[in-house]
Amino acid sequence: MRSGMNGERATAMGLIGCETCGLVVQAPRGPQQHAGFCPRCHAALHVRKPDSLTRCWAYLIAAAILYIPANLLPVLRTTQGFDRSSDTILSGVVALWNAGSWDLAVIVFTASIVVPLLKIGTMMMLLITTQAGSTAHRAERTRLYRIMEFVGHWSMLDVFAVALLVALVHFGPLAQVQPGGGIIAFGAVVVLTMLSTMSFDPRLIWDAVPSTNAASVPAKDSGRNE
Amino acid sequence: MPASPLIICEYCDTVHRHTELDAGASARCINCDGPLYRRSRFDLDAMLALTAASAFVFIIANAYPIVVMQSQGITTETTLWGMVIAAWDSGIAAVAAIAALTVFLFPMLQISLYGYVLPGLRAGKLPREFNAAMRLLHLIRPWSMVEVFLIGVMVSVVKMGKLADVLPQPGLWGFAVLTLLLTALGSFDLRELWLEAEARQP
Repeated sequence: MRSGMNGERATAMGLIGCETCGLVVQAPRGPQQHAGFCPRCHAALHVRKPDSLTRCWAYLIAAAILYIPANLLPVLRTTQGFDRSSDTILSGVVALWNAGSWDLAVIVFTASIVVPLLKIGTMMMLLITTQAGSTAHRAERTRLYRIMEFVGHWSMLDVFAVALLVALVHFGPLAQVQPGGGIIAFGAVVVLTMLSTMSFDPRLIWDAVPSTNAASVPAKDSGRNE
Repeated sequence: MPASPLIICEYCDTVHRHTELDAGASARCINCDGPLYRRSRFDLDAMLALTAASAFVFIIANAYPIVVMQSQGITTETTLWGMVIAAWDSGIAAVAAIAALTVFLFPMLQISLYGYVLPGLRAGKLPREFNAAMRLLHLIRPWSMVEVFLIGVMVSVVKMGKLADVLPQPGLWGFAVLTLLLTALGSFDLRELWLEAEARQP
């Protein structure tokens, strides 16, 4: 693709890209976060998403806290005759596996356990490295962010599965199925991690300038950023 | 505006010149390899057809039961709304709200907004609230979760298959087709739609 302009950045050229419609406009002078409204779509313009890191942290910490009840509390309580049992998210996966549906067990395990954990861990790593002004592995960190954007909503899978189960078996003859508090906490974790990802501004990864200490070894740095 | 507008990578802020792409092609950032913009395989006519088909399939998906369960001579079936109401009644109102918003309201809004924006765009006369409609489309896109719901239903069908006979119903096929149609509609870059709107404005 030869559409590049020597890789120059919008901030250096005094330009802003509208986050909503993509229009490129002249940035007003000064360091303010709010830069008026887009002349084409009338959405608010920002040089960077306002309070990106603070908001991202807030959503992320809330998600990390709720992740604990989401996994410890049952998501389903089943009463079958005199048998009472309750399932957490993890025990539901184990039950699927033991029942021989290993393919579904893998899907649910990935969507409900791996993705939320990976998402919380990755967002923390992105926040910490960005706040530290790290210039290492920028392209890879940006790619990780895009993956987080893409996978986020898939964790809602278990929430829908539980809702349907409750609807069908709730007053059924076989068993009484009651949802547990775990599923509410889990739904909240998914929404919060999605909000956290949306608040993060990946352009901040590229705003970091090599520190004066790092400037003494510029050859290594520029080689990596090429 | 210059002949070839500028485009800024939303991931790393690198400035590029927008060049015309072939249908189905996409442009990536030279700096961070992030997606810059793409041109859909579909033109406006095809988009409009997809929107009409989505609206039709959306009605089917919601009007018919998703699954039916038979055990000991008793049949239970539920539609999406039946599921939302059951979730609400059994004390997980938050889950009911999430399902109602992400599987019903947002997809419905998406289809309606496309239906509002596209005919005018095609005729070269933008509807009055074009800007607001486009901003709303941009905003709700990540929160539409029909495809996740579809897989979630499949998971619980298999889970219940151990207890009773669970059979997919027309509503489930409706959601499967709706997933495909909304994915096709989503292949259209909203930024390209803005450029199109600008080009067609007098």
